[in-house]
Formats: sequence, structure tokens, C-alpha cells
Amino acid sequence: MTDVMIDLTTCYLGKTLCSPLVCSASPLCEDVGALRRMEDAGAGAVVLHSLFEEQIRREGLDLDQYLEQNTDTYAEAVSYFPDMNSYNLGPDGYLEHVRRAKAALGIPVIASLNGCTSGGWTEYAHLIEQAGADALELNVYYLPTDPWRVAADVERQYEDLVRAVKSCLTIPVAVKLSPFFTAPVEFASRLTAAGAEALVLFNRFYQPDFDLEALEVVPSLRLSEPSELLLRLHWTAILYGNVSADLAVTGGVHSGTDALKVMMAGARVAMLTSALLRHGIDHLKKVRAEMVRWMEEHGYTTVREMQGSMSLRSVADPGAYQRANYMKVLRSYALRGAAP
Amino acid sequence: MSKAEKTMDANEAVALVAYALNEVIAIYPITPSSPMGEWADQWASEHRPNLLGTVPLVVEMQSEGGAAGAVHGALQAGSLTTTFTASQGLLLMIPNMYRIAGELTPCVIHVAARSLAVQGLSIFGDQGDVMAARGTGWAMLASNSVQEAADLALIAQSASLESRLPFLHFFDGFRTSHEVARIVPPTPEQMRALIDDDLVRAHRARALSPDRPVLRGAAHNPDVCFQARETANPFYRACPEIVQNMMDRFAQVSGRSYRLFDYFGAADAERVIVLMGSGADAVHETVESLLTRGEKVGVLKVRLFRPFSVEHFLDAVPKTAHTLAVLDRTKEAGGVGEPLYLDVVAAYHESNRGMRPRVVGGRFGLSSKEFTPAMVKAVFDEIKAERPKNHFTVGIRDDVTHTSLDFDPAFSTEDPQTVRAVFYGLGSDGTVGANKNSIKIIGEETDNYVQGYFVYDSKKAGSVTVSHLRFGPRPIRSTYLVSRATFVACHQFPFLDRIDVLAVAEPGATFLLNSPYGPDEVWDRLPRSAQEAIIAKGLRFFVIDAYKVAQSLGMGARINTIMQPCFFALSKVLPQEEAVAAMKKAIVKTYGKRGEAVVQRNCAAIDQALSHLREVRVPQEVSSAVDRRPAVPAEAPEFVRNVTSLMLVGEGDALPVSALPCDGTYPTGTTKWEKRNIATEVPVWDPDVCIQCGKCVLVCPHAVIRGKVYEPEALAGAPETFKSAAARWPEMKGQRYTLQVAPEDCTGCKLCVEVCPAKNKSQVRLKAINMHPLDAIREPERDNWDFFLNIADAPRERLRHDSVKDVQLLEPLFEFSGACAGCGETPYIKLVTQLFGDRMLIANATGCSSIYGGNLPTTPYTTNRQGRGPAWSNSLFEDNAEFGLGMRLALDKQIEYARELLHKHRLEINAGLADVLIDADQSTEAGIEAQRERVARLKARLAAMDPRSSAVADLLALADVLVKKSVWIFGGDGWAYDIGFGGLDHVLASGHNVNVLVLDTEVYSNTGGQMSKATPRGAVAKFAAGGKKSPKKDLALMAMSYGNVYVARIAMGASDTHTLKAIREAEAYPGPSLLIAYSHCVAHGYDMAHGCEQQKAAVQSGHWPLLRYNPELAAEGKNPLQLDSGAPTIPLKKYVYNETRYTMLVQSDPAAAAALLAEAEKDVRTRRKLYEHWASLSAANGNEEVSK
Repeated sequence: MTDVMIDLTTCYLGKTLCSPLVCSASPLCEDVGALRRMEDAGAGAVVLHSLFEEQIRREGLDLDQYLEQNTDTYAEAVSYFPDMNSYNLGPDGYLEHVRRAKAALGIPVIASLNGCTSGGWTEYAHLIEQAGADALELNVYYLPTDPWRVAADVERQYEDLVRAVKSCLTIPVAVKLSPFFTAPVEFASRLTAAGAEALVLFNRFYQPDFDLEALEVVPSLRLSEPSELLLRLHWTAILYGNVSADLAVTGGVHSGTDALKVMMAGARVAMLTSALLRHGIDHLKKVRAEMVRWMEEHGYTTVREMQGSMSLRSVADPGAYQRANYMKVLRSYALRGAAP
Repeated sequence: MSKAEKTMDANEAVALVAYALNEVIAIYPITPSSPMGEWADQWASEHRPNLLGTVPLVVEMQSEGGAAGAVHGALQAGSLTTTFTASQGLLLMIPNMYRIAGELTPCVIHVAARSLAVQGLSIFGDQGDVMAARGTGWAMLASNSVQEAADLALIAQSASLESRLPFLHFFDGFRTSHEVARIVPPTPEQMRALIDDDLVRAHRARALSPDRPVLRGAAHNPDVCFQARETANPFYRACPEIVQNMMDRFAQVSGRSYRLFDYFGAADAERVIVLMGSGADAVHETVESLLTRGEKVGVLKVRLFRPFSVEHFLDAVPKTAHTLAVLDRTKEAGGVGEPLYLDVVAAYHESNRGMRPRVVGGRFGLSSKEFTPAMVKAVFDEIKAERPKNHFTVGIRDDVTHTSLDFDPAFSTEDPQTVRAVFYGLGSDGTVGANKNSIKIIGEETDNYVQGYFVYDSKKAGSVTVSHLRFGPRPIRSTYLVSRATFVACHQFPFLDRIDVLAVAEPGATFLLNSPYGPDEVWDRLPRSAQEAIIAKGLRFFVIDAYKVAQSLGMGARINTIMQPCFFALSKVLPQEEAVAAMKKAIVKTYGKRGEAVVQRNCAAIDQALSHLREVRVPQEVSSAVDRRPAVPAEAPEFVRNVTSLMLVGEGDALPVSALPCDGTYPTGTTKWEKRNIATEVPVWDPDVCIQCGKCVLVCPHAVIRGKVYEPEALAGAPETFKSAAARWPEMKGQRYTLQVAPEDCTGCKLCVEVCPAKNKSQVRLKAINMHPLDAIREPERDNWDFFLNIADAPRERLRHDSVKDVQLLEPLFEFSGACAGCGETPYIKLVTQLFGDRMLIANATGCSSIYGGNLPTTPYTTNRQGRGPAWSNSLFEDNAEFGLGMRLALDKQIEYARELLHKHRLEINAGLADVLIDADQSTEAGIEAQRERVARLKARLAAMDPRSSAVADLLALADVLVKKSVWIFGGDGWAYDIGFGGLDHVLASGHNVNVLVLDTEVYSNTGGQMSKATPRGAVAKFAAGGKKSPKKDLALMAMSYGNVYVARIAMGASDTHTLKAIREAEAYPGPSLLIAYSHCVAHGYDMAHGCEQQKAAVQSGHWPLLRYNPELAAEGKNPLQLDSGAPTIPLKKYVYNETRYTMLVQSDPAAAAALLAEAEKDVRTRRKLYEHWASLSAANGNEEVSK
């Protein structure tokens, strides 16, 4: 059998992708040349790095603070810097990147946005659409540290956000979710009702580490491990069929096998970031080849036929998804075949 | 306001014209002319074309001498060329100016006239500099206001082209250069109308060209030189008429008319004041007022001072004038009179018109001394007298030679229709910026004439700024500070405690106070005198808690956009809605490019401010029992009490001549009397957490945090809150240790807290020192500090001077300077004084270190208990290495002579004592102390000998030099890398024992951040707005190439032990030593609290490799170069992108930033390789590697 006979096309956010392998947001996506190489390596789409509203605000405020610092203090030095005509501080740089990516690529370009004010979300979403993005992924990165904030509030905030962004866009919108919700299925339904066309499972929060010698909290940025995939497979399988939104998995997809599992759990696309950062963009070719080989070996001709094939709805033992894992470990045989 | 009108200062206005009319602009920073060069550089970086349609080439030179040379060369090659300068800079240009004039070359240079350094340096305005250049043969044209400066800049250029004489166009530094006014800048059409293209082409045709070769500038012999010198006479004779014609042509196109000598006043004036510069406007205003009182007075404004046209002058003076007072804004010590006076006297002497009015001369306004209508009236009154004083002064009280005229300060000519506002602010609170903005809004949004002038104090941290704003329906000629304000704002509540802010308030004025106390509470918090003034003057009193509003908006200490709307609301210069709209428009214009968040925050501040503004119901009774605190305590020395204290409270103008030293010599150790209380938070020690490492003491830029080890008995009588801990020194067991902060001297920079390595085990956010609000602890900590100072220091000879831990116990002899909070330079200076301060002489280049080190009113260099301490002097900017070398040579000669005398008279003195004195080993602290004791014995012995013996008297006078002295040469990178490099190079090559400390901030910090050759590639600086394209000069490498110079590159924040070691080695090395010290600086654009972390990153990234080159190692057969930091461990961008000077290029030109970063990374690698190679060479032959 040859590669030609295998159909890897998938449908995500209303677009037909040539492959379910999507390159997710990473520093690699900041370079149009790298994006081109991703397309050449067989990516079905790319998700650009996020436009961070807070970063834009912070950079502006910082620049202002330090340009003004110590000015008009002393007669000989009423200022310390030349004030340039313009600064590339707003979203312009990002929007230009979207435009250039669109011009350079044949595959869909999904932009990503992380806002911090309601006005910022909608304004930047609108600008991103105007810049030509095929779709927008909302990178909702919110840590509820306020002890008085109740879960319902947080969830409502997500819904309102999706509704507000959708109201000003015509391109499809995906929402990248955190894994920490009490009733994820019901919440996912509400997000879908609010207009989300896809849900991306899950955001990886950077968890700070401790430096014991310096007694300092240090930012820790670790690439994902394949073991992280299991959580995502689990919830994809549960959500599949319960929400109308497309599902995407990001975090822990490192190999062709991983991608196949993602498909079978019910996702439309499998997103790769850490694997590409670790092994280079050409790793995508290897993942794709692995997928194809496995499919050939196992008689699959399209990915669509496997999508959701091992979801909660499709497996013989849905209890496997519903019970706590340790029970399965302790008495796996006893559990097999038990009523859901 | 019409579209043609703009609100700007003279520096910008002149730069606009000069930029438009020139092709080559050679610049060098010097106050107060620097902004002209900065504008030119910025416009060139924005590719703004000149009148020819091409972008001028703007080049920064290494000195004004260099700029003048480049100007001369560019002129000779046929370009329209200019430069901007002032003061010492103009002096450096003089040799070239003679040449340019001698070659009859059209050119204009623009001078913001400034004092020359005489008994002291002064950055302020007078005409001493331009008068020093009056012999150069340049035509000299004076502007009296911002508008005139713009107009005459153009007239000078056109007249120069026609007359072929170069023109020095000048206007008063600060008073005009920095005054913001509404003007109509010459338009491109007007410029075209005045600039004759044929004359430009004629200038080019005279240029050197190999296509039509000539030789110009030949050496002349006695046979023809004199005659050749006279060939230019026709050009000078023709010049005045050419200038007048140009003025007339300009009047035709602009409607603004000028005369070579402009007279204003009574047609039948009997008394006339003759002067030039901004003071002429104050005289004009006074004449207007006196005319209404029927006085027959007038003012003659001299515009073309050189060539001085006697005919035009005589034509301009009313025939009725019986007395002329000629006022010069300069002093020519030893002359018959000042220059303008002498010209006027000579003019009448040469006149055959039969006019012989009485002419008297006077000096005024030196170094920006106020020149008010009251003083003008005093002059007019004086020349009414039968025998008026000649060679008088006005504006000061001369009780020594009695030259001064008395004046009545109550006399005023202020226009009642002009609103006059005075604002007291803190340098960092944005007050000046807000007022510049307000005056621009009023100038551009209303029909009012406007004037803004800003006064700064001499400190870089916690400085007081006073903004003087005028606006009204009539033109404003008040070239003096507002002394009768209709609006007074005090943006800092603590000022009430030390400054009489209401002294300027007119009866019925409005008083706005930024107060943490509300309208019901504030009254009782005011000092008694403030309450009295408010009641007596019937002031309307408003308060706002601007800091609270600022805090709620995350604006920190900047309250500009909170106080500004209050001013608009209270002054009612615009309807409130219009004012708010105009302020917001201005915010978008100013801050829009810095992002929406900045705009939003400032607009929110405007909206919130007005809702927090409250009027205070003023009681009729004075209730406060407290008043302003005295400037200095009663126990301060007499000079500090009687002289310094007046300067401290802003009343130095009242000091008479007799109060001041006649030769610029001042006592040291005076900052300690000035308790500035500028920090809101200060560090507080936690003895339980402290490991007593001394790092905080080392990095404190202001010497406000100190350690002492002492016997427990010393704690007797300690204040209740005084803290101590068991001393953690093995050799000082049983003793106590205290780390004490001087709360009233601290600037709150937090460097100490950031550098503290000890953390509280229960709460890691806490360290061994933590910031606490000053108000809560001021009183007890003040007592603790006083108690701490009285505890004896540990004996110096018992401490290890090579250990940071021990060095913290050495008394600093440099304390509480006016440097910026968190300064990166002063910790090095302080450390040097701890080690050698009791025997050091300092030659200090002009720059930051000479300002915080030697700017009045107070002096941070101080003395120890024995009265010894650093002796300090500043000569110039460019000559500091030579200046220091001179000190060394003098000492060496004196030591030699003293030894010769000792040798010669050894038997009479005591042979044993004399021999030991000659050969004493002074390489250790103990050895030096022993020599001091011997010198004391020598002096006692000499005192008992025959006082008539010249040998005895000489030896007595020289005895102290027998104790080892340490000569230090301090300066910044602008000095060492640029203007003073030639001298530094020579001094290093000389082999003499001097220690050079280069405080390398990689930019001209003192003049506001201009590029030097120390500026790294890719950093943005003024004059390098597009990021510096070339790499930083490797000064260390250049010095190492001599082989006999001790060289070290140090960074205290990266390695304090390395810094200490290098400084000690440098001092011990018996030849020249060069220490290049990384000094973080506000001009780098980040929070200075992280200065030490940045220093570490600079080293880790390879930008600042630590090294020592010790020639003495070569003598031991070792490689003299030791690389003290390893290969880079972090990428360069991790260091540079913490700083605005680099990130602003990323934000403004990302492609250029990326390219320059890549080049800079290459620089790091290349240099590392070179150093590694050198460090691995065999010392024996210098070309083989030691080992592989």
C-alpha cells in the first residue's frame, strides 16, 4: 500500500484540512519561514502564537514609565532618551504577521488571542479577522486566585467572552480550555451554545517551581510529555458527541500513535508544539508517516472513520471513562463488562 | 492661535531653522545647548529633509573642539554647516573660529549663552562665553526672546552668506533656550526668500576641490601676515548694512521687524539702558511702565554686537539722552569695564557728532541671576543721580567692594491681566511635564500669549522643581521668575515643612495643595506660617489627594495628569469641557504612540481628578503650633548655619558677597546637615535574619546604611529601639554588631534590599533588610542613627581591607550625595573613600560625579574623626587626567624636596626619625598610621627649632606629604572615552602613579543620555536615536597595550570581591592604574533597584567581562592578564532586553534591533576569543600559549 491511498483529510472549524496534524502556538510560529516549513512538512493548519493584550498594555506602560523616569528632574538632563516617532507597541506587529502568514501559506492560518479586558478581546479579535486569519483561537488563560470568586462567575465570564467575540466576527472561533472545571461537559455545551465552533483541550499552565537555594519562586517552562496526553484523551472521549463543537487536542501529542489516539477519542485535529520544539519541524513528517503506516497496517483509509471510534459513546466499556482509574487498576478484570 | 503659531522653547525654535538651512551638523552635548543637537539628530533619524530637500548629515564628535574642526572641514569642502554649543564648549571652538573667520567662510553657530567655569562651574546663563569669543572675528547677533531666536537664526544665516563673515548667533541659556513661549517660526517660504541660492553656490565655488585646486591656510611670514590680516576689513565694514538689509527683507516677508540697535522708549529719553539678551525684555517692560509715569527713559537693545557699527549705534540713541547705563551680562575681571560698556564708550569717543552723554557700566544677571523690573528701575534711578555709580552690579548685595545698587523688591510691572502661576513639584512627580503641557495647551487652544519657565534644584534625586507659568492677552516680556502669583500649587505636602511656598502668592490668589489630608483635616496639618499666609492674603484654598488617585490608577508617583486638570479647573482659562478635551487630545498626541493603555490611564486620571478636588473652608484663626523646621540643626558649623542653610531653603539670592569664599573653596562634609527626607520608604534591619555580610553597606549609593562592631558596653544609653546582634566575626567574639540606616538621608532606592542574600525562613519575601514607610519610624530611627554615629569605629588597622564583610566597618568619607536614587556610580566612589579617603586627592572630570560630588549647596565628601578626608577639585571636562597628573607631580616633587630637607637636616632633627621618615614602609594601613605618628613627631621637633630657618619653615609646611597620598582621577565615560581620551591616554602612558576610576554608564548621563564611544552597539541614546551602529570602544584593551598600566574592568553588582580586589591592587600599583567600573544608570531605562542584577547579567552575558591586567605579574614571569569571569552563560539578549535603551529599538525598528543584536553577539564572541588568547600567552615572550 502507498501513502496515496490514505486519506488524512479532516474538517476543523469549517475548513477541510489536508491533515489532522496542526502546529500549535509556539515561538516557531513567529517566523514565516518556519510556518512555511510546517506546511511543507504536512501540517493541516497552523495556530499562530498568541497576541497577548496584557503584554501589549504592559509594554506600553513600561516604555512610558522608563522614558519618563527621572525626566524634568535636573536642569542639565530634562530627559534621557530620544522619543521616537512611533513604537511598534500595539497589535500592528502581530497583525502584520497574520497577513504575511496568510500570504505565504496555503493551509489555514488560525490566529490566537489572549485578552485581558473585554474591550481588548473584541477589538483585537476584529483586527485579527481583518488581517485575514481563517479562524481565531481564544487562548483563555485565567487563574482564579481571588478567594471570593465563585466558579459560576468564572464560567459565565468565559461564556460572555465567547458570545462577545462571536458577535463581532464572521470567522470561526475556537476556545482553548483549562482542564480545571467541575462539570466540564455541561460547561462545554454552554460554550458551544455561546458560539464556540471548536474546543481545544487543554491549555498547559506554566506552573512555577521553587529554587530552594535562593528561596525563590521561579518560572518554569517545560515542554509537554506524552504522558500528558491521557488527560486530554479522556476528556475528548467524554465530550465527543456531547457537544457540537469540533474538538482539538493539544498537549502531549508527540508521535503518530498519539495522533491516532487523539483521532479515535473524537478530536478533529491533533496539535503539536513541544515535539516540534524538541525535534524540529521535520518531526511532523515522521508523525505523519507513522500515522499513515499504522493506518495502512490496520486497514484504515481515512482518519474520519476513526474519529470518535473510541469515545465514551463508542467503546464497549464506557465505565472505563467514568470510573476512577485506580479501580480499573485494582480489579480490571472484574470491571470488564460491568454495566455502565 | 493661528496655525502658524507654535509653542516651543528657543532651543527647538533655533534647531528648526538651523536644521532647515544646513547640510552638515556637527554636535556635542553641553548644557544648555544640547537639545538643539538632540532635535537635529532626531529629525535626521526620522529622515526629515532640510530646505534643500535633503536630510542633513548629523554627526556627534568627541568634543566641541572636534565639532569645530569638523565644521571647519565641512565648510572648506563647501557644505552649509552648523553646530550648537555653550560655555566651555564655545571656548574649545575658539581656535577654529579664528580660522573660519580668517578664511571669510559663511557659517552660523548657535550658542545658548552660559557662564564660564571660574571660581566655580555654572551651567546657568550669562554671556561670559560669547564675550570670550568676541575676538575671533565672527559677527555676533543677539536674540532676546524665543521668537527673536528663531528669526535671527535665519537672518544670521542669510547675512553670513552675503557678508562672508561667520556668525555667532546667541541667546541666553535657560532663560531663553529653555523658556516655552508661543511663537511663529519662520516658514520654509520665508527661509527661501532670505537664502540666496547664488550665494550658496558661491560658497560651494570657494570650496576646496581637486578639480580647481587651491591652497588655503598657508603659514604666513612676518613680511605679509599683517597686510593679509587687513584684507578682510571691507567685509567687516559692509557687514552691518548687510545684516540690516536682511532684517528689512525678513520684515517684508514676516511682518517682524528688527534693527541692529533697537530702541524702545521715550523719543526724548534722558536715561537709556543699553544691553543685549533676554534682560532687554525685562527693561522693555519696565520702560513701558515708567513711561506711563512720565519718566523719560528708554532701552537700546543691541542685536549686532560684532561688527559693532558705531554709526548705527549713534543713530539709534535718542539725542536727548544725557546718561546711558550699559549693562553687561558678563564680568571681565581686571578690565576697565565690560565689553559692551567699552564699545559704547569708544563709540562716543570716536563720534564727531558732538554727543557726549554720560556712560556708566554695570553687571547684571550673571549665571542666571534674576534681573527684574525692580532692578531695572534701580538702574534708571541710579543714573538720575548727579554722580551715579560706575561699574556697578545689580541683583546682588556687594558688601565687599560696594558695587551693588539697592533695589526695591516691591516694585513690580506685572500686567494685572496676565495670569501668573507657580507650581512646586518633585522631580519625579511629573509636575514640570504637566506644566509644559498646560502651557502648550493654553498657547495652542486659546488666544493667550504664554510663557513657561522651569527651575530645578541641584540634586538628581528628590529635587524640587518650580514651574513659572504666565499667560494673558498681551505679549509677555517678563524674562524673570513669577514673584506675585495669582495661582500657587504645591504638589508635595512635605514641602510645606521646608519651603515657604506661599511667599509668591498675591493677595486673593488660589492655593492648590496635594494633600493626604482632606478639606476638613488639612488645616491643622499646615505649618503656622502657611496658615498665617492663607488668612492674611485671603487665599482660596483647595486640596486633592493626588497620590491616592494615582495609586488607584497604578500611576505610582506620577501625579501630572491629576494635578493638571485641577489647575485648569481652578484657573478657568478654558471652559472645563474644553480643557478636558484639550488635555486628552494632548495625551493622545504625547502618549498615543506608547500604546492605548498609557492613554487610557492618563485620561482616567483626568476624569477622576476633578471629582477629588475639594475647597477648604479657611478658618479665621491660626491654630498650628508648629512651623517650618530649620534648614539645618543648631549644632551645624557656622558656615553651614549662616550660608549653606540659606541656599538650602532657596534663599541663596539674599547672601551678600562677603558670605562667600573669594576663591571657590568650600568646607566638605556638609551633606550630613541637610536632612532631606525624600524617601517614602526606607530599609529596616532584621538582626535575626542578617548574616552580617556587608553587601548592603557596599552597594548603598548614598552611604545611608552602615555597619559597626563594638564592645557591648557601648550600648549603654542606647535608645529603646536601637537594635544589635552578636557580631559574627571569629576575631571579634563577644562584640555587638549593628546595621543602621540614616532614615532622613535615604533615597529609598531599594538596591540594598535587592542585594541582600539573607531571607526570612518563615516568609521568603522578607530579607534581613526590608522597606518600611518612613513616616512610621522617622523619629526613633533618627535617634538610633545619631546614637550609632557616636559609637566608635573599629580600628582600621584591625580590619581586613580585602574582605567585603570587614570593609562595611570602614567609615565612608562620601555620604548623602545628590545622585539619583539607586545610582550605580556612587557605590564605587564611596568604597574608594572607605579604603583611602583619609589620604586621597581627587581630580574630578565635569559630569555626574562632579555634580553630585561638588555641586553647592552641600558637599558629600567628608572627614573622619581626625579631620582627614578626600580633597576634591574639578578643573574641566576635557582635562581631568592631566589635572590629576598635575596633582601627582606636585606631590612627588614635594615629597622629594621634603626628603631632601630631611636628609640635609637629619642631624638637627633627629637622624633616626629622619631616616625612618624617608624610608618608611607605607604599604599597609599600620605602616601609614606609623608614618603619621612620625610626622607628628617631626612637626613637634620642627616647632622647637629656629622658626627663621627657611628649611624648618619649608619642612613644616611640607611634612604632611611624607604620609603616602593617593591621587584619584574620577570621571565618566564621556570624559574617558571621548573628550578626555587624548589626555587620559597620555597620562596612562606617563607611568606616573595615578589611579583612574572611569564610572562607565555607557552614555553621557549628566547632560541627558547622549551617545558616547562607550555606548554599546544596538543601544538607543540621544544622538543615536536609531541605535548605535558601532561597537563599544574597548578602553581596557587600549590601556593594556601599554604593558605598564594596571587595568581592571569591574562590576560591583557582579562580583563585589573582585571589585574590592581590583581597587586595592590599582591603588597599590606604583604606576598608572585604570579601573573601568560598570555603572548602572537611569539613562538605561529600568528600575535602579535591579541595578546589581543587571550588572551580573552584563557579566554573565559576556557584555562586561571582568578582568585584571597587572603589570607586576609580568615581572614575576606570569601573564599579566587575568580573565576573572568565565565564558558567557546567558544569551546577550537576556541582559540587554531588560533595558529600555535596547527594547525601544525593538519597539521602534525591530529589524534594525535584530541586526544590531546579532552584531553585538558577534562582538562578545570576538572579544572573548581575543582576551582568552591574550590570557593564555606566555608572559616570557608574549607569543606562545602557556599550556594547552
